Amino acid sequence: MAAKYDVLGSRAPRLDAPDKATGRARFADDLNLPGQLYGALLQSPHAHALIKRIDASRAKRLKGVKAVLTGQDLPNILYGVSPARYDEEVLARDKVRHVGDDVAAVAAVDLETALEALSLIEVEYEPLPAVLSVEQALAEDAPIIHELFPNNLCAEVHQEFGDVAAAFAKCDLIRGGRMVNKMQDGAFLEPNACIAEFDQRGNLTLYSSTQSVHYVQRTVAMVLGLNMSQVRVVKPYVGGGFGPKAAATPLELNACFLAQRTGRPVKMGYTREQVFLFSRARHQFFHEMKIGVAKDGTMLALEHRCTLDGGAYSSFGIATVYYAGSLLGGPYKLPNMKYDGYRVFTNKPACGAQRGHGGVIARALFEQQLDLIARELGMDPIALRLKNIMQAGDVTCNDLNMSSLGMRECLEAVQGGSGWSGKRGRLSRGRGIGMASGFFVSGAGYPIYRSDTYHATVTVKVQEDGGGVKVLTGAAEIGQGSDTTMAMIAAETLGIPLSDVRVESGDTDLGIDLGAYSSRTTLMTGHATKEAAEDAREQILQALAEELGVVRGRLSVKRGRVKIAGKPVDIGPLRARYLKEHRGWTDQPTGKELSFREAARVAYLRRGTIVGTGKYKPPVLGGKYKGAAVGTSPAYGCSAQVAEVSVDLETGQVFVENITDAHDCGQAINRTSVEAQMEGSVSMGLGEALFEEVKFDANGRVLNPSLGEYHIPTIMDMPQMKCIVVESNEPNGPYGAKEVGEGAIMPTIPAILNAVYDATGAVIDELPLTPERVLAAIKKASQNKKGGRRKG
Amino acid sequence: MSSHQINLIVNGVAHEVLVPANRTLAQLLREDLGLTGTKQGCGEGDCGSCTVLLDGEPVNSCLVLALQAHGHKVLTIEGLSQGRELHPIQQAFVEQGAVQCGFCTPGMILSAKALLDKTKRPSQEQIRKALSGNLCRCTGYQKIVEAVSEASRRLSRERS
Repeated sequence: MAAKYDVLGSRAPRLDAPDKATGRARFADDLNLPGQLYGALLQSPHAHALIKRIDASRAKRLKGVKAVLTGQDLPNILYGVSPARYDEEVLARDKVRHVGDDVAAVAAVDLETALEALSLIEVEYEPLPAVLSVEQALAEDAPIIHELFPNNLCAEVHQEFGDVAAAFAKCDLIRGGRMVNKMQDGAFLEPNACIAEFDQRGNLTLYSSTQSVHYVQRTVAMVLGLNMSQVRVVKPYVGGGFGPKAAATPLELNACFLAQRTGRPVKMGYTREQVFLFSRARHQFFHEMKIGVAKDGTMLALEHRCTLDGGAYSSFGIATVYYAGSLLGGPYKLPNMKYDGYRVFTNKPACGAQRGHGGVIARALFEQQLDLIARELGMDPIALRLKNIMQAGDVTCNDLNMSSLGMRECLEAVQGGSGWSGKRGRLSRGRGIGMASGFFVSGAGYPIYRSDTYHATVTVKVQEDGGGVKVLTGAAEIGQGSDTTMAMIAAETLGIPLSDVRVESGDTDLGIDLGAYSSRTTLMTGHATKEAAEDAREQILQALAEELGVVRGRLSVKRGRVKIAGKPVDIGPLRARYLKEHRGWTDQPTGKELSFREAARVAYLRRGTIVGTGKYKPPVLGGKYKGAAVGTSPAYGCSAQVAEVSVDLETGQVFVENITDAHDCGQAINRTSVEAQMEGSVSMGLGEALFEEVKFDANGRVLNPSLGEYHIPTIMDMPQMKCIVVESNEPNGPYGAKEVGEGAIMPTIPAILNAVYDATGAVIDELPLTPERVLAAIKKASQNKKGGRRKG
Repeated sequence: MSSHQINLIVNGVAHEVLVPANRTLAQLLREDLGLTGTKQGCGEGDCGSCTVLLDGEPVNSCLVLALQAHGHKVLTIEGLSQGRELHPIQQAFVEQGAVQCGFCTPGMILSAKALLDKTKRPSQEQIRKALSGNLCRCTGYQKIVEAVSEASRRLSRERS
């Protein structure tokens, strides 16, 4: 079969890889501006305290110090992620709410001086009782963290679809359980860094390691009282984000204020410890649920409830608490679903979005319970899922529209790919195999602030010499490969080789783009890129048609050559004109067909610079109920994984031996990058399942704020992964493409939990799977052993 | 802080630099010599992003004082490629998709270089062990292992 596409679906090397492999690629901390100052932040040592007095006079007098800011020096304005819940101050004015809350900022001629100045700032605190758990926060006499939120309740959600009580009454089997994880850290390798600079006319440029130049631009403009058009945010290469870099940080805002006060560029960066103290990573979820099925395994009802430890601020948490409910709408037919969610403030660093936003623990518990149901019904876990999956065209009870859904293909792929049938039920005690499915949005249907804005605008500028095009976009390449994806989409659309496309991205001057979160870029920025490339192509071919005196419809471009349908057309005069213009050049066009370069050059000569524009906004999506904005998406990705584990029955240590992973990403734009997202997702899920836990002491201090003590998977921990790319055709995606960046993490934790159960008979309801916890669960399971069903 | 004159060879070029006693090799490379390909992800020797080769041995340059490099040879990521020609390890990383955000990449490649200089055709296990001090949050390491394996095959072919 002839390949459908020339560029798409290939394994083209990433555009940025050579620069990254040679050290040329610049990250925020690699940038330096002439005359720059170095900024540093004074942060609270208390989890909860009133600020009685700040004396910065000694710091101000220190030689080399150029500015010292406290909350009183800044405009009294609250900001945050969701406008309905702005609750953050750039520097705390009267009260600190977690260890690491920012209290003062200094700019000095070098970092040593800035740090010395911090040590000279005297802050008198009046400590308040700290609220360090959800129980403490919800207790009747709990100290209040925010005046704006009595009861320490940041957000609550109550949703019911169908008639859950009536459905449960008809169920043959109802079972339930709970799951709790631990606060996770993003643990991206590049700590946040930025440089802010004002020009003489008061315009600001901020270079920052962010996932969203647009949201940062908007927040900076609002907080500093500037127009958005006075603020340019530029994202250099970013060393990973995974969610926590998706909104403006106090680091960025303080750098901007310090640059404004001093009139000089100000460079700032978080230390690794400060990355932990800022957090904005995965919440701790306390999830409980009850699932009801008919005796043939048909799912009838789900009732679930989740309480989230949100930390000190709202951040993305309102979306998180909704996602924890809505993402269980798929990928199974589930006619009745009731969800109650509560996000609670505590005096810990604020949690926010992290890969698999909001859905990971809900999914882990749900898929664990499905396995237990399958066992009770005597069904194979894959058969139970196959019985219940939705397919393209189905709509969930919470109005999510499955415009494409290769769920069956994913399940069959991992079933075959893992040798499931030969292993399930046949492994010796201590070895196990488990599986789970996953489901995720392909881009949030709505921006984080209420607006009819386009989610992406893209410009394709055709170089005046005709030799190539540039894709200009605000989209954020943070390592996931979006620059390459956009270049491939533009190349395919224009009919030119990938080498003729360059990408400028991550700059608010280049267009609107909401950024790298909710697995939105391939679909949304991809649409806008395709439209911009089509626009440029039409202008070029229209101009060429006029030049050649043929109708536009006869012209097309493929692999860089202009195809003319119908009877032969004399291209001689046009070719001669091009050659004359390029006397002495060594790469003159030859052959019977015009090159794209000649066509693009003639278009420029007739019309001036050719610029194609494209834009994307999701269509009106389903769901009229409260909270429908979180979960509705133009498309949904789905996945399945099989994990094989061995458990040391003496020590409780779990080893994941291999993972078979299938994900439906629609049309794969870049096959290598799709696998790369799948493998990275497994790694983050495996870390959360086995090791990761931000630990606190009794005073709310992080006990393990380093990559030595906070254990993310090393190369020794990662098993062999077999990634199977399933391609459906997503009607709402550009060329049929949709997400892979986050959905692929969903099945990892439950697949491991189910494999551990298969190996040991232990149902574990708390993460991470430390040896102590696993051993205790094994002991408990053997004490409760019922009916001797377990092997060994 | 007292400053000291040191001599070292970085990527084949001799440098004479005056450094304060507490300056790390990572700071010297990044800030004084402008070799920002060496990344700093933690400053405490946990992540391996700042890996460089000191007389051919991989070290966390954030834990080495600049003074300790006096009289020694340092290889950073900038010294690996010959002009536009990528080193076979770099080429393999590019082609196998072993690069995502790229922040760990320079350190990974240099750890791989130290391995392949000594062990021509390492096993998967040897590769994993040699890179166990380099953290990556993006890739799950699989394509990195494949890239190092592929690079070892290419280097063996080049030598034969």
